[in-house]
Amino acid sequence: MTDKPAFTRREFIGNGAMIVSTMATVPLFLERSAWALTPATGSAVKDRPGVPGERILVVVQMTGGNDGINTVVPFGWREYYKARPGIGIAEKDVLKLDSNAGLGLNPEMGDLKAMMDAGLALGVLGVGYPNPNRSHFSSMDIWHTADPTGRSGKGFGWIGRTLDEMRSQSKGKIDATACVCVGNESPLAANGRQVKPVTFQDANLFRWSGGDLHASLAKEYEAINRAGVVGDVDPNSPMAFVMRTALDAQIASQKIRAAVNKEPVTKFGEGKLASQLRMVAAMIRAELPTRVYYVSLGGFDTHAGQPNTHARNLREFSSAIRSFYAELKAIGAQSRVLTLAFSEFGRRVEQNASNGTDHGTAGPLFLFGEKVRATKTGLLGEQPSLAADRLDQGDLIYNTDFRSIYAAVLQDWMKVDVKEVLGAPFRAASVIKT
Amino acid sequence: MATTSLKPIPAASFDENKARHLLSRAGFGGPPRQVAFLAGLGLKKAVDFLVDYESIDISALPKPQYDSEIVRPLRGDVMKMLGDGKSGDAKAIREKLRMEFLQRQAEDRLQMAGIEQWWLTRMIATPRPLEEKLVLLWHGHFASNNRTVDDSFLMLQQNVLFRKHANGNFGELVMGVIRDPAILKFLNNNSNRKGHPNENLARELMELFTLGVGAYGENDIKQGARALTGYGVEDNDFAFHRNAHDEGQKEILGRKGLFDGEDFVRILLGRPQCPLFISYKLYRHFVGDIDEKPTDTQEAVIRAMAKVLSDNRYELKPVLKTLFMSEHFYDPQIVGGMVKSPAQLLVGTARMLNTPARNSGTLAAAMSMMGQQLFEPPSVAGWDGGRGWINTSTLFVRQNMATYLITGKVPGDQNWSQDTVGYDPLFLLADLADRSPGSTVNLLSNLLLGEHAAAGRREELTKYLAARRGGITQGSVLAMLMLVTAMPEYQLC
Repeated sequence: MTDKPAFTRREFIGNGAMIVSTMATVPLFLERSAWALTPATGSAVKDRPGVPGERILVVVQMTGGNDGINTVVPFGWREYYKARPGIGIAEKDVLKLDSNAGLGLNPEMGDLKAMMDAGLALGVLGVGYPNPNRSHFSSMDIWHTADPTGRSGKGFGWIGRTLDEMRSQSKGKIDATACVCVGNESPLAANGRQVKPVTFQDANLFRWSGGDLHASLAKEYEAINRAGVVGDVDPNSPMAFVMRTALDAQIASQKIRAAVNKEPVTKFGEGKLASQLRMVAAMIRAELPTRVYYVSLGGFDTHAGQPNTHARNLREFSSAIRSFYAELKAIGAQSRVLTLAFSEFGRRVEQNASNGTDHGTAGPLFLFGEKVRATKTGLLGEQPSLAADRLDQGDLIYNTDFRSIYAAVLQDWMKVDVKEVLGAPFRAASVIKT
Repeated sequence: MATTSLKPIPAASFDENKARHLLSRAGFGGPPRQVAFLAGLGLKKAVDFLVDYESIDISALPKPQYDSEIVRPLRGDVMKMLGDGKSGDAKAIREKLRMEFLQRQAEDRLQMAGIEQWWLTRMIATPRPLEEKLVLLWHGHFASNNRTVDDSFLMLQQNVLFRKHANGNFGELVMGVIRDPAILKFLNNNSNRKGHPNENLARELMELFTLGVGAYGENDIKQGARALTGYGVEDNDFAFHRNAHDEGQKEILGRKGLFDGEDFVRILLGRPQCPLFISYKLYRHFVGDIDEKPTDTQEAVIRAMAKVLSDNRYELKPVLKTLFMSEHFYDPQIVGGMVKSPAQLLVGTARMLNTPARNSGTLAAAMSMMGQQLFEPPSVAGWDGGRGWINTSTLFVRQNMATYLITGKVPGDQNWSQDTVGYDPLFLLADLADRSPGSTVNLLSNLLLGEHAAAGRREELTKYLAARRGGITQGSVLAMLMLVTAMPEYQLC
């Protein structure tokens, strides 16, 4: 019975070791200044050994706790309609996926169903973790740090640690735009000890606002901030670090704004998620050396009057992902992008008296892309039981640990060491074609 | 290599540059006249003025607005009525309570935002800058966040506790912390009961609050947790639940006895690692950033500080005064070598330039985008700080925040006009005999960047200022301030 505001993550902090190139005073950007200024023809970043192509991970956060039971609907289960007299979805409306198991998709998810039919989408059932926490913040922190105990995360997230690991694999070289997040605050997930994300809500605000006031100011500001390390500054000093970061920021800002201001090849739908993914596609198209993009869609905390809100959210979610992949196909990047969509928890099996649902536990997680394992039904794993005596305080009992999904993404997609990132050797779920 | 000496610098060497450094580190910095005032006091008196702040009147500061009863636990009689929640009546009542609870939580979050803005405003306005800077240190050291505590009044109460002991005795502060409802709630000590220990508080008390990693064993945690059983919260206050307290014999760090929480704290204060660990924290807050581990120089200074701290039985004033007068503190390697925390940057900009009051909600939002939302440290380990504050995203926020303080312009606001600035910075030049571009730049650059600004940069700024039509005006000085606060050098102090 706790309800908190939509998730806004104040991330942060890191032991701020530098993101530096081997030549301390040359920002990484400049090593590739040739392509920074002209559109590249091939891949901007050299492939890493063992990683085919330039692989990109996109994380979609469904904020607020998506009601998994009305997303992948157990229409063949009596308990479902009994627990949800006001908000259950009629069998005739469900988009059937698995008639034997009595499972199908919410009627608003036709786009997702089409992707499943094309072998581009997979829903993993019953994803959660032991001793589930039903608070938005705590559960979100658990997903972000991949640490259900809350003890070992200490402010660093799984994606940040992944990029830290890539940084050490490449001997300290990683681009300042390795991770790009769209939002007001950087998600905890993206905070690495060394590698920090680039975060903006609106790419056109990802710059200094003072330059609007006068052209002469903008020019002088650029001159100062693009000068790099000036004077006889020790390259290891904090001063050199700040000067380098200032130059990196100027270039990142310029590249990102130039990228997202290009019109897409295909047509994107309406809605916040669609516009975020439109930006991501544009950055991929502009050959940014970004490895991970992070976007989010809010509004899943449906305590009251759920049906309309939830339907709208799922429609927006499905159509945004489908148009994203259509755009990726049009720009020839479809095979390079894996998308993972998660929510901090599912919701209570039994609806509440306000035609809504309260916080719950396990739920479905979705993966998208050409390399996602295709199954006949578009689903993987088992739907947890809805029987009253098989619930944990009225909530589903998980059967797939989310860290096994992370492990698959790390091991089979990003090609980084699972143990280094997750702190323990998790067995990868079989969700990616290897 | 910086000197490791904690001996005071010669009194005669204390000039405006040193006074400015002192004010920026022991406070948040200040305008030219405040710097001149401190320099005029001389070294010892200036340090005393900042550290012995009790005599400075703060009655004019705004008080926080709060309702201590926004979040209230369910009363026993209501709980009884709910029973097993199966009967029709109970269902209806439960639904009503649920709605009421959600309502209260929403109100409480608004109240937290108000308290957050109150503290930020207080940091900017207080005539006792060191007091707030110490409160900030303790907030990050005994870190708990409202995301978990979920009770703004408890967070405020904790803030008051930190202020009460800010420059007092560290031991007394720890004694207060183990009875602080926000910490007890944050670290689940309410469920630490005889026979069912919860080790969270015991562990953090040793690892993060007093000794540091590795200065204790797992068994000390188990035994310490037993000593802390029954330290709980009733409504808004500390409550000792006698029945839940384990009165048996414990063995903690080699000592045996029928220890309770206070005994446990006394044992910790008696360990040699404690003054070292606290000195390390003081060093990081006031003297310099420490990466993975201290350098040999830093290590030597921290050891010397620890000796002062333990010789004075954890009184904080002596170690602070020793530090603020020391040769190490004024070493050229130290001056201007620290990354400003978001609070230092925001509060410092407002104080040095005496900018007009801006929207405190916007400022609080900026704090959070810069990674230091007050009352919301990321974890019990507090903020990491140092270079971690600065990256390509936060750098723009930091620059834009300063621009907002100076001009009132928020990013993306295209309808901004010069009439809405509401700020005339010419007062900064009041004591400047010659208002040439060169001397104006020198004054502003000294004020905002200290002496560590490269000569080349000064030349460039002077050229820019000299090219403005109309010479030294409100407009051209505003432009200068915006430029200087957007320089990489401005991120350090």
